[in-house]
Amino acid sequence: MAGMTTAAQPPVAPPSDRAPGQRPAPPARGRRPYGRLVVLLVAFLYFAIPVAASLWFTVDDPVKGFSLDVYTGHLVSGDMLGSLLLSVELGLATVALGLLLVVPAMVVVHLRLPRLRPLVEILCMTPLVVPPIALVAGVNTVLSWAPGLARTPFYQTLMVIQNEHFPLVLVLLYTVMSLPFLYRSLDAGLRAVDLKTLVEASRSLGAGRLMTLGRVVVPNLRPAVVSGAVLSLAMVLGEYTVASVLGYRPFAVWMVEVGIEEAELAGAAAMLSLFLTWGLLLLLTLLAGGRTRRTRRQRKTS
Amino acid sequence: MSDRPTTAAGPPGRPTRRTGRLHWPAVVPFFAFLALCFGLPAGALVYGAFTATDPATGDSHATLDNVRQSLKGIYATGLGGSVQLSLICALLATLFGTLIAQAVVGSRRPALRRAVVAASGVLANFSGAPLAFAFVATLGTTGTLTRLLSLDRTGFSLYTTAGLVLAYLYFMIPLMVVTVLPALDGLRTQWREAAASCGATRGQFWRHIGIPVLLPSLLGGAVLLFGTAFASHATAAVMVGSSVPLITVQISNALAGNVLVGQENLALAMSLNMVVIALLVMAVQIPLQRRSARWLG
Repeated sequence: MAGMTTAAQPPVAPPSDRAPGQRPAPPARGRRPYGRLVVLLVAFLYFAIPVAASLWFTVDDPVKGFSLDVYTGHLVSGDMLGSLLLSVELGLATVALGLLLVVPAMVVVHLRLPRLRPLVEILCMTPLVVPPIALVAGVNTVLSWAPGLARTPFYQTLMVIQNEHFPLVLVLLYTVMSLPFLYRSLDAGLRAVDLKTLVEASRSLGAGRLMTLGRVVVPNLRPAVVSGAVLSLAMVLGEYTVASVLGYRPFAVWMVEVGIEEAELAGAAAMLSLFLTWGLLLLLTLLAGGRTRRTRRQRKTS
Repeated sequence: MSDRPTTAAGPPGRPTRRTGRLHWPAVVPFFAFLALCFGLPAGALVYGAFTATDPATGDSHATLDNVRQSLKGIYATGLGGSVQLSLICALLATLFGTLIAQAVVGSRRPALRRAVVAASGVLANFSGAPLAFAFVATLGTTGTLTRLLSLDRTGFSLYTTAGLVLAYLYFMIPLMVVTVLPALDGLRTQWREAAASCGATRGQFWRHIGIPVLLPSLLGGAVLLFGTAFASHATAAVMVGSSVPLITVQISNALAGNVLVGQENLALAMSLNMVVIALLVMAVQIPLQRRSARWLG
């Protein structure tokens, strides 16, 4: 953020080569850096104040003044760790399932079945059109059929996926909801590398399908895979709607439950989740850093 | 796309028939998963929206009552409130997001750009319950700013549509910045130089070249933002509850049986309304993207 206050631009050269007789340079040219500075400053204030104010809210005790009680006392409790752990487990399972389903399908479609590409794109993007609350309304209906299926194996399946300790039904729904993220980043990744040549080289050197996928395709798509995975993970960690309607208690639902009684605690949890997302995305830039640097250089030379 | 022709021929020596047969293990699980976990609930949603179950006999029959009821009274208000809120937020976020992105692109400082992109990535994901609590802690009844500036005396309340707009913009502006940056990068400097050497002012450049070229991307971004705001539930549910009528909150209340028992099918009808509106709005984006690809591809 340090760069923000020094956004003023070095003096602009063009006015000098303006031929005489043309319209005089408008004063806007000189004013421009200030306009930019104002925009960035206002934006900085708008985005910094809620975070700063929330942090202050959590450490400012009306009686004692400054105190870190919320962070040291109640925030880290068994309850909170349990729900955070559940969220993390759900997130990792979602990422694993999503990648297992999407990466092979997209790679094969990209390489061998180009005619299926529009279909896969539409299917991956449709979850954007169905809001989570509508999706979970439909799922609620499907789950409510369970009593009618009591004598069939479907009933067992429905019961298993609703296991309280590890609700698979959430993993399935989160995977659906993360498809747009996975599709977008993988599609960008697939367009950026010449996968066809790589795969043909690998196959002609005698590698099998799985080895090609694991040793050639996935490493080349790593940045795309990582960014899709991190976006899905961030989505799952903050997800509230689906989990609360179905009656489970991951991190966001826990936060809302405690927030009704203890506003300070909820504020602290909100800050925790902001920094958690921040850490995740920082991890992403570190993991995918090699590639972004390369593309930037390419763009510069072209 | 240039490698398309070689697809048919395939590498010589390797029988394409063998590989052709082996495509399905990669593709079928994906389709099967979608059919079960997305198609089935979606089907149940449509089916349930058009049926009613008699509580006494358990028989269900086709009816339009749910849909009719979901478009009347408080539910119509909720749907209208959601559309209105999403429109306001999408317009404001498009405007401010583009301004910020343009300030970043124009400054030609890689450090500033990296900082803004990184911050936008985090803030675009900062939505839902945490965002609601952050705003309650800042501008709520006992929030830091409320106490500091005695905002309650000015009549400001966070628990209104205006408060929701303020909170939604917090993740929607960064989303717009991330979305519109590539398009602004695509505005070539040569165009600007060409316009300037023809004697065009900055205003003329934007009016005749910049905005028209960017328009599809801007509208596409606005559509995406509208969809995001329209679908968002947690922030509103936590921050304002039912005091601002919004369709997402009404659906979750109906699902939880808070209003009346046995309103699941009404919830399904309301969900269907949401999907229809989202579909209509998203349909705008497809032809737009094609048009912007011509210039900014």
